Amino acid sequence: MDQIFVTFKHMLVSLVPAGSQPVVSDLLSVAALIGTFAALFALTTVLERKGLARIQNRYGPNRVGLYGFLQPLADGLKTITKEDLVPRSADQVVHFLAPLVLVVPVFLALAVVPMGRNMAAVDLDAGVLFFFAVGAATELAVFMAGWSSRNKYSLLGAMRAIAQMISYEVPLILSALTVVMSVGSLSTLDIVQAQAGYAGGVAPHWHVLTPWGFAAFIVFLIAATAESNRSPFDLPEGESEIIAGYYIEYSGFKFALFFLGEYIGMFAVSGLAITLFLGGWHAPLPGLLWIPSYVWFFAKLLALIALFIWVRGTLPRLRMDQLMHFAWKFLLPMSLVTVVTAGMWRFLPLGWARWAICSILVLGPFLLLARLLSSGKIAKRSYRYAD
Amino acid sequence: MTPLFGLLGFIIAASAVAAVALRNLVHCALALSVSFAGLAAIYLFLNAQFVGFAQILVYIGAVAILIVFAILLTGRGELERGAGFSAGWMIGLGVALAVFGTLAGLLLSSHLLVREMPPPAPTSVRDLGDQLMTHWVLPLEVLGLLLTAALIGSVVIVMKERGPR
Amino acid sequence: MHAESLVTPLQACLLLSALLFSIGLAGALMRRNAIVILIGVELMLNAANLNLIAFWRYGPDPQALTGVIFVLFSIGVAAAEAAVGLALIIAVYRHRRTVNVDHLNSMKG
Repeated sequence: MDQIFVTFKHMLVSLVPAGSQPVVSDLLSVAALIGTFAALFALTTVLERKGLARIQNRYGPNRVGLYGFLQPLADGLKTITKEDLVPRSADQVVHFLAPLVLVVPVFLALAVVPMGRNMAAVDLDAGVLFFFAVGAATELAVFMAGWSSRNKYSLLGAMRAIAQMISYEVPLILSALTVVMSVGSLSTLDIVQAQAGYAGGVAPHWHVLTPWGFAAFIVFLIAATAESNRSPFDLPEGESEIIAGYYIEYSGFKFALFFLGEYIGMFAVSGLAITLFLGGWHAPLPGLLWIPSYVWFFAKLLALIALFIWVRGTLPRLRMDQLMHFAWKFLLPMSLVTVVTAGMWRFLPLGWARWAICSILVLGPFLLLARLLSSGKIAKRSYRYAD
Repeated sequence: MTPLFGLLGFIIAASAVAAVALRNLVHCALALSVSFAGLAAIYLFLNAQFVGFAQILVYIGAVAILIVFAILLTGRGELERGAGFSAGWMIGLGVALAVFGTLAGLLLSSHLLVREMPPPAPTSVRDLGDQLMTHWVLPLEVLGLLLTAALIGSVVIVMKERGPR
Repeated sequence: MHAESLVTPLQACLLLSALLFSIGLAGALMRRNAIVILIGVELMLNAANLNLIAFWRYGPDPQALTGVIFVLFSIGVAAAEAAVGLALIIAVYRHRRTVNVDHLNSMKG
């Protein structure tokens, strides 16, 4: 049951002559990946709208299909048939290529995320580095979209988006570095393998259940939210209340491609967070091992997506300078502290002393930084009651 | 495999020519990114995985973006700014052609280069890490110092002067 | 690759590297805009990196990883140099309102 997709793929590949078997095997992996994540994207759009709506005390889309779950179909039809307007003074070639340059790297990034036992599309020796490299390539797409529209607001949105993405890339990579340092390998399969086993037959060896891993997981999630331009960090696109940010001049299918790229980027970075910190496709308790590995992976992925939607509906948007201060003055020192703590965790003797020392090493700077940065800026809350 | 190498070489050369010859500066920067991507593909082709991914991460993800930001911060980067070749462009072209001619002549006529091509060696990232941390640790630390100095230096150079006007 | 072809793979890589270097050199010598000159310099650095990797791959001792480490340092140094160079260009633009190197011909001011 666990290996049903793997055996199915092997069966399909064996039908092809031996010379082209590697190519067909890769093509099948790619097709499965694109199909699964496009379907997940469709599901997530409707889940997000309904989730946000419930948080905001209203119904979401509930007209199309049972409880509104066929809404993505209606959205897809709309985007395909909508007129594709391109401003006459826009740079035609760059304007056309920007959505492609966004979507291709984010799909590439999904290739190194293992979705089940033996279910990673490729096994690269430097998988984590590959992931961050293709993530960095998406920034160029954002600039291309913003600049080619020949629109001052669009360009401003693009510059802000790039500044935000570059700033949050550093804590993202540093917090991933703690895991790489602890496991000793850049390969995602090795990292998942290192989180196997259960301590005392109960607690899994996931990295999130260690002090440094927990802190690094939080930093990684915050940086990932900022990297995918999600609320509360969606200033570049959240100007959509007034201006739509860097994809204002896009309509129809290209806009849908931007949307797709953003959501798949969110899935990819959630997938990496699951691989690095939440144990990949491992089950949390040894008693639940009978559930297939890919079910665990997608369950964790849906949990993280739900977390992103929850945060979006709850927290207000950060201003640009608040965003930059947060990245450089809080997240970067915290991620450096987690790197040091991960190193200390490795070299201290096992036992409760290790837990105590590492917890203090993580909590101390966190409280200090939080107090220092918010001193004098946040007034004491005062309540005024209506009489 | 040779047609793939030929295609990659053509892409790299064509985008490099575009990067230095186009009038619109942003197009130059984007062509440069294509050239970097082609080079990363060649590194992967030559079995240097880590360098290929590092090339994408550093050059396309950072250097190209830096160049683009600089273009946007120094004028509009449009036709009127980037236009024009310098007055002595023929001399420049002549020098470049002479350099290429010399190098190509040397390469094609050398007998040292025509030898048996060894198969790819099985090296891993772990070996790279071992080497960096044992044999090459001093250059690594010096590189860290250099990058810190460059970071602080470039911020200081670009900072707006805050003095009595 | 066939061993009986006109050029060995090593020669092909080195030829591409020489071509890239010459294109970068031509750009650095022919253009007036400081940023395009910097683009030319980056192309030359990349050509040198390709050279190093080609010799590492087809050379005598790939296990020592010397070529790869050299290229990693070269990429780091090139990034630092691009940062400082662009900072200088921006600073010069603030004073002189131009990035045309032909107009930056006085030490005054």
